[in-house]
Amino acid sequence: MKPPKFDYHAPASVDEALALLARYGGDAKILAGGQSLVPLLNFRLSRPAALIDLNRIPALAYIRAEDGEVRFGAMTRQRTIEFSPLVFERVPLLTEATRWVGHLPIRSRGTIGGSIAHADPSAEYPAVLRALDGSVVARGPEGERTVAAAELFQSYLTTSLAAEEILVEVRLPAMPAGAGYAFEELARRHGDFALVGIAAVVARDGERCTMARLATSGTGPVPIRLREAEQILERDGLGDAAIEAAGRRASELVEPDADIHASADYRRHLTGVLTTRAIRRALAKAGHG
Amino acid sequence: MDKNETATVKLTVNGAPHEGRCPPRKLLVDFIREDLALTGTHVGCEHGVCGACTILVNGEAARSCLMLAVQADGAELITVEGLAKDGKLHPLQQAFHEHHGLQCGFCTPGMLLTALDFLRTNPQPSEQEIREGISAVLCRCTGYHGIVKAIAAAAPVLKQS
Amino acid sequence: MPGKSAPEGSWIGKPVRRVEDARLLRGRGAFIDDHPPVANACHAAIVRSPHAHARILGYDVAEALAMPGVVGIITGEDVAKSTKPFSVGVTAPVQYYCAATDRARFVGEPVAVVVARDRYLAEDAAEAVVVRYEPLPVVVDPERALEPDAPVLHEAVGSNLAGHRRLVYGDPDRAFADAEVVIRQRFRFPKYGSTPIETYGIIARWDDLEGILTVWSNFMGPFIMHPLTARVLGVPENRMRFIVPPDIGGSFGIKSSIYPYIALIALCAMKTGVPVKWIEDRREHLIASSSGTDRIADRELAARRDGTVLGMRYRWLDNVGGYIRSPEPGCSFRPTGNFVGPYRFQHLEVDASVVMTNKSLTGPNRGYACGHLYFETESMMDLLAAEVGLDPAEVRRRNLIPADAFPYRTPTGGYYDSGDYAATLDKALEIAKYDELKRERATARAAGRYVGIGLALAVDPSVSNMGYVAVALDPQFRAKPEYLPKSGAVDSATVKIDPLGRVTVIMGTTPQGQGHQTIVSQIVADELGLTPPEVTVVDEMDTFTRVWSISSGTYSSRFGSVGTSAAALAARKLKAKLVEYAAHLMDVPAEQLEFRDGAVRLRTGKGASYSVKDLAGRAHWHTQSLPEGMEPALQATAVFGFTVSQAVDAEDRVNSSNTYGFIAEVMAVEVDPATATIKILRYVTVHDAGTIINPMIAEGQIYGGALHGLGGALYEEMAYDADGQMLTATFMDYLVPTASEAPEIDIAHVVSPSPLTTLGSKGLGESSSMTVPAVLANAVSDALAPLGIRITELPITPTRLWPLIREARAKA
Repeated sequence: MKPPKFDYHAPASVDEALALLARYGGDAKILAGGQSLVPLLNFRLSRPAALIDLNRIPALAYIRAEDGEVRFGAMTRQRTIEFSPLVFERVPLLTEATRWVGHLPIRSRGTIGGSIAHADPSAEYPAVLRALDGSVVARGPEGERTVAAAELFQSYLTTSLAAEEILVEVRLPAMPAGAGYAFEELARRHGDFALVGIAAVVARDGERCTMARLATSGTGPVPIRLREAEQILERDGLGDAAIEAAGRRASELVEPDADIHASADYRRHLTGVLTTRAIRRALAKAGHG
Repeated sequence: MDKNETATVKLTVNGAPHEGRCPPRKLLVDFIREDLALTGTHVGCEHGVCGACTILVNGEAARSCLMLAVQADGAELITVEGLAKDGKLHPLQQAFHEHHGLQCGFCTPGMLLTALDFLRTNPQPSEQEIREGISAVLCRCTGYHGIVKAIAAAAPVLKQS
Repeated sequence: MPGKSAPEGSWIGKPVRRVEDARLLRGRGAFIDDHPPVANACHAAIVRSPHAHARILGYDVAEALAMPGVVGIITGEDVAKSTKPFSVGVTAPVQYYCAATDRARFVGEPVAVVVARDRYLAEDAAEAVVVRYEPLPVVVDPERALEPDAPVLHEAVGSNLAGHRRLVYGDPDRAFADAEVVIRQRFRFPKYGSTPIETYGIIARWDDLEGILTVWSNFMGPFIMHPLTARVLGVPENRMRFIVPPDIGGSFGIKSSIYPYIALIALCAMKTGVPVKWIEDRREHLIASSSGTDRIADRELAARRDGTVLGMRYRWLDNVGGYIRSPEPGCSFRPTGNFVGPYRFQHLEVDASVVMTNKSLTGPNRGYACGHLYFETESMMDLLAAEVGLDPAEVRRRNLIPADAFPYRTPTGGYYDSGDYAATLDKALEIAKYDELKRERATARAAGRYVGIGLALAVDPSVSNMGYVAVALDPQFRAKPEYLPKSGAVDSATVKIDPLGRVTVIMGTTPQGQGHQTIVSQIVADELGLTPPEVTVVDEMDTFTRVWSISSGTYSSRFGSVGTSAAALAARKLKAKLVEYAAHLMDVPAEQLEFRDGAVRLRTGKGASYSVKDLAGRAHWHTQSLPEGMEPALQATAVFGFTVSQAVDAEDRVNSSNTYGFIAEVMAVEVDPATATIKILRYVTVHDAGTIINPMIAEGQIYGGALHGLGGALYEEMAYDADGQMLTATFMDYLVPTASEAPEIDIAHVVSPSPLTTLGSKGLGESSSMTVPAVLANAVSDALAPLGIRITELPITPTRLWPLIREARAKA
C-alpha cells in the first residue's frame, strides 16, 4: 500500500497554486489535510499526475467574523475549529459537529475546506454547511466567486467547483442568538462516518418556532436540507406531535443508499429517529426568544 | 518537483536535527523508520484508521502514514523514542507500565502519543472522554482496560508537571 | 547471590510488572519489520487475483521485469515447477500450493510475486504484471456449494465437500426417542479474524553454498509447519532454519497461518538469489490472511421436562474457503473432547461437513471453533429453559458436571482435569447480583424498555493435543497399518547458572504479548530463591538452537500450561543437581539437605550452607570437585509433555486438549428499539484457570479476549458479495472495536489447580473470546423476548436487528 509516483508542489500562494493547477490541466490533485486523499493514494485508487499541497500557504488558515458570518480559510484545521471560542460563540453547531469528525489525530490535520471540497455525503461539515445556508468562495483563473451550499454539492465526492478552481474560504452565517442546536449522529463505531447524521438548529419564541434548520449526512449522494420537515415545526410549533411529524417527514425526504453497514430502509428510518432526537436536544438548548 | 527527483527533507525529531533525501511519494512513516532508523513508530494499516503510526507533528498528534515525508520538511516531530528522558520513563509511559496498558506493544507508540496530545487539550478527562480520545488507535490485546486506567492515572501527574 | 525471598514466600500469584514493557514503551521492541537481520534485503509485492474464481491462462512479466529496481518475478508456473503442494488434513485430493498455479479460487489469492529494491518499486512493477484469466462461476454460500449443480472448485475432488464426518457418542437416537422435550434451531456464525495490529512479516535468505534456508518471521507455531514447509520447498528439515524475533505484534491464532507465505517468500529468495523481505499490508491481511469459518449449524436438543438434557445433535457446515489449509478442519474438530461443554449428557451426534467456497482461507482464530460451539450450545440451553419454564441459571445448574466428578471423562474422550463448575456459576451470579438484575429487568420491562440478562458457560480448553486432527479421518483409514497415529503437546525450557551464579532461562516459545519473560522469571525466581529481575529470560525461537518438537509454539493457550511447567521442571532439575553437588562437598547424604533461601542447607537448619553463587563458582572453575558421574556445567533442560495427550481411539474419542478451564458469564444489556443499538449495562466473567501465576497478565488476556468476542458478536465480519468480492477489505469497513465500544468488565477467579501441570496452572489466552458471542446473543434475546425475537445469527448489527424489531412491533 504505497502511493504511485506523482509530481509534488508546495506553492506559497493561491495564485501559484492556480497556475500549477492550470499547468496540469485537470490531472493534478489539491492536497489539503490529506486525511481522505492520502488513503486513496496508498490504495492506488487515486493516481494524480501531481499533488499541489496547500499546507505551505499560511494565508489560507484563519477564522474571522465578518458581515454577520464566520469565515474560515480553507486550510483551517478541524482541531482549531473544535477549540475556537469564536466558533463556539457564533456557530456552536459547528463546534458540536466537529467532535464527530473522525478522531483527534484526523482533526489535527483535516481541514474545513478539504472536508467540504471532498464532498463525502457521510461527512459532518457538508451537513452543517447546508443546515446553516453557508457558502464557499472559490478562486479560479477568472477570479473569485461565491457558491451557496445549495448549489455546491452535486453527487458523491462531486461539487460544482471547476477543475481549475480552488476552494479558498468557507462562510457560515452566525446562528441567531438563543438558537438551539444539535448534531445527532449514529455510526457503527465512535469516529466512523455516519450511518446517518442530522444537523439541527431551532429558534423559538415561546411555543412558536421562529426558525428551524435541518440537514442530513449519510442519506444519499449529497447532504439533504429537510425543508419540509423544518416547515412543520415553523408552522405547528415545537410540541411533541409536531416534532414527531417532522421526524416522519424527514424520513420521507431522503433517498439513502444501502451498503454493508446499513440498508436503505434502516437509514431512512434512522433519519426520522435522529431528526426528532436532534430537534429535542436543540430545543433543550434554545433560549425562549 | 518531478516525481523521479529526490527532495531533501530537514526536520527535527525528538529535539535533534535530521536530514534525509527521498522521492515525493515516500510516506512520512517510512521515512522515519527507514531513513531515520527510528523503528518505534509502527505501520499498522497505511490508511489512517489503526493509529499505530501516530506521532506529534509540531506538537499535535497526526498519522504519519497519511503524510508525505516532504510535507514534514522543517517540522518538529516527536516519536515514541523521544518520550523517556534521562533514562526515566515519561509519566505516561510509567502509568502504562504500572496499569498493564500494553501487551504486544505494537499499538503502544501511537497510543502514547495520541494520549499525550489528548491530555494536553483535556487535562482532566472523564473516563468516557478518555475512551473517545483514544478511539483513534486500535488495540487488539488489552480490551483497552489497562490503557484507559493508565491515562486516567497519568492525567493528574501530567497536569502538575 | 542476592537471595531475597518473595513476599509471602512466592512470586506465583503476584501481579509482577512486566519486564517486556521497558523496551516496548520506548519504541525499542524488535518486531520483524524493525531490525534487518540481513543486509540488502529486497522487497516483495504480491500480485493477487482480482477474481474469486478463474482459470489462469498465462502470465506476461516482460514489462514488469524491465521496470526500475526489479530483481525478479515469480509466478504460479515457478510455484508449480519448484514446489510441492502442502499436505492437507483430509483425504480429499485438494492441491494447495503456496500460490495459485492453475486456478485462482478466492479474491486475493497470490498469483505472482515481484521482488524489487524497495516496496514502492515492487508495487509499481506488481501493477504491470499481466495475468490472463478466464473467469469461472463463483460460489460463496456453503449450502449452495454442496448442491449438485454448484461450480466445483477442485475438479480432482469432484465436489466442494473437503471432508465429512458423522460422529456418534452414546446412543443419541435413543435419547431423542426418550425425550419429553425436543428443541431445534438453526444458527449462523460469521467469518471473522483477529487482525493483529502488526501484520505478517517474513525475511528469507537462501545460502546456496551451505544449502541453508533461513527464514525470519512472526510465525507463532505450531512448528509442525516447519517440516511441512521444508517438504514443500524440497529443503531438508535440518537445513531450514526458522527464527522468530523476540517481539510479535499480536496474533490471536492468525499468525499460525503465515506458513504458505513462508514457502512463497523462501521460493523468491531461492529463485532470485537475494534475501527477500515481505511485510504484509493491511489490505492483504484483510483479504487473504486467515479467519475463522462462517458456519451454518442445525442444532437439536433432547431433554426431560425437568430440564435434564439427554442428548444433542450438531449438524455443521463449516466454510473453509478456496482450499482446506492445515490445521483445518480443526474448525470442526478442535473441540472434540469438550463438545459437550460443561454438561453431563452422554449422547451426542455430530455431523460435520467442511465445505470449500470462493472465500479466503480459514484457520485458528482466538477460541478456535469454541466461539461457534458455545454460541450454539448456550443458545440451546436458553431455549430449553424457556421451554420447560426454568430460570436459565437453574437449567444450566441441573446439567452441570458435579464438582466431585473430576477428573471427568467426557463421552467424546475429553479428560477434564479439574473444576467446580457450580461454584463458578454461583460466583458469577453473586457478583452480577443476578436477583437484583432480574428485578431491574422487571421494572424496565414494565416501563416499556428492552433490558435483558444473558448467561453463558464454557469449558475453556487449552493446549491442543495434536491427536485431534485425526478425528477428520475415518476410523477405517486410521486403522490402516501405514497410518501414523498422532498425539502430543510438549514444550521445553533450559535453565543455566553462569560462573558468578547468575541465572538465565532459555525458552523456545513465541510470545505475542503474553509476557512470557515476566512469567518465567517469576517461576524460576520462586524455584531458585531469587527475585524476578535477577533472572534473565531469553525467548527467541530458533529451530537451529532451541529444543523443539512439532507441537512447539505459542498457540492454543499453551504457555500457561506447558511452557510454565517446562520452566519450573528445568529449574527443579537444576536445583536437584545443586543439592547433589553440595551433598558431595559437605559429605552428607543429599536427603539431609534442602534448597532454601537461595542456598543449599542442612534440613536441621544448623551448620554450613552453600549459596548458589558459591556452588556455581566451584562447579564452573573446578570440575574435579564434582561427584563422580555428575555432568559438568550447571544447566538443565526439561521437556514437558502430557501423558493424557493420546491418539484418537476407534470410537472417535479423543482428549483434544490437555487442560480445561471453565468460564461463567453474566451480561445485562439494553436495546434501543428505535435505533436497534445495544448497550452493555453489566458484564461479569468468572474464570477458573487453575493456579494464576500473574493475575495482572491473566486478566489482561481476559479483557482482550472478551473484546475480541465482542467484535465477532457485534462488529466484525469478513463480508462477501455473491461474486466473491470482499466488501470489508479496509479498516473503514472491517470494524475492530475501539475503546469507546469496550465495556466495563468485572473479572473474578475460582482456582481449581490442574493435577496435570507442574504449578497447577491452565491456559486462558482464548478466554472470553469464546463466551462473549454466546452471552451477548442470550442477553439481547432476553431483552427482546417480549417481542419474540431470538438472536440466531451474528454479528448483531443494527441494520440486521432493526427489521426484526419493526416486524415484531408491527405484529404486536
